[in-house]
Amino acid sequence: MTPIRFSPSSLKEGRWYEYVVRFALGGAATVFTGLVSSHYGASVGGLFLALPAIFCASATLIEKHEIRKKREAGLAGERRGQQAAALDAIGATLGALGMLAFAAVFWLTVESSVLGAFAVASIAWLAVSVAAWCARRKTRAVRSSGATRRNSGSATSRSHSGL
Amino acid sequence: MTEYVIRFLLGGTVVSAFAMLGDILRPKSFAGLFGAAPSVALATLGIAIYRHGGGYAALQSRSMMAGAIALSVYSVVVCHVLVRARIRALPATVLALAAWLVVAFGLLFLAGGQT
Repeated sequence: MTPIRFSPSSLKEGRWYEYVVRFALGGAATVFTGLVSSHYGASVGGLFLALPAIFCASATLIEKHEIRKKREAGLAGERRGQQAAALDAIGATLGALGMLAFAAVFWLTVESSVLGAFAVASIAWLAVSVAAWCARRKTRAVRSSGATRRNSGSATSRSHSGL
Repeated sequence: MTEYVIRFLLGGTVVSAFAMLGDILRPKSFAGLFGAAPSVALATLGIAIYRHGGGYAALQSRSMMAGAIALSVYSVVVCHVLVRARIRALPATVLALAAWLVVAFGLLFLAGGQT
């Protein structure tokens, strides 16, 4: 199982304007959510708290970084870039489950304690996201070891039948 | 006006912080968890409580549950489009927004969303 690790050098791959774009997109998404809430009410506005605007920017940047890395090595890199963005999307699928937990816990607790709601909902987001990620890794590891065993089993039977 | 400037700065800061955290984490699928972090929600819900109270924020977070389910569907669609249709990330993520809108508003409609 691949361990979770920090790679601070990845920050050097980004250009300054990419961080500005992300800041601006984050700010714009928050302003947009506020505008929707004030025009169409809290229910419709609440939907946009989970708007994937930031994900669009992140996936595009990840693809760009992979392509840049491959081009520096003299390769095309488009396919690798798409695969890296697809991996990010898998993570976002699992993170969305955490976001669902965040929203549910916040909804249930905010009227009793505001600070408590933020704290408990954030913990719920982190716990559910990480648990979903670990469960997916484990399932994949079990599946791939089963496939390896099946392959080696059929190779052994083939070698026995050849004796 | 001041409220929207505060929203912009707060939203930009929280989103950038989560995005940078995602940048430095490996493997990539784990970093992707931060692509679905409740960053806009953290900034917006704080302001909602300050301006309208806990009841308003509770209503927003209830709808956010539908948005989160839609986000999950959206991410699956993006992943499949990238792997199978082999189109670039920007058009894939923008086109898949249609799936997010359909699922999010569909769930809100089914739940009898009140405004």
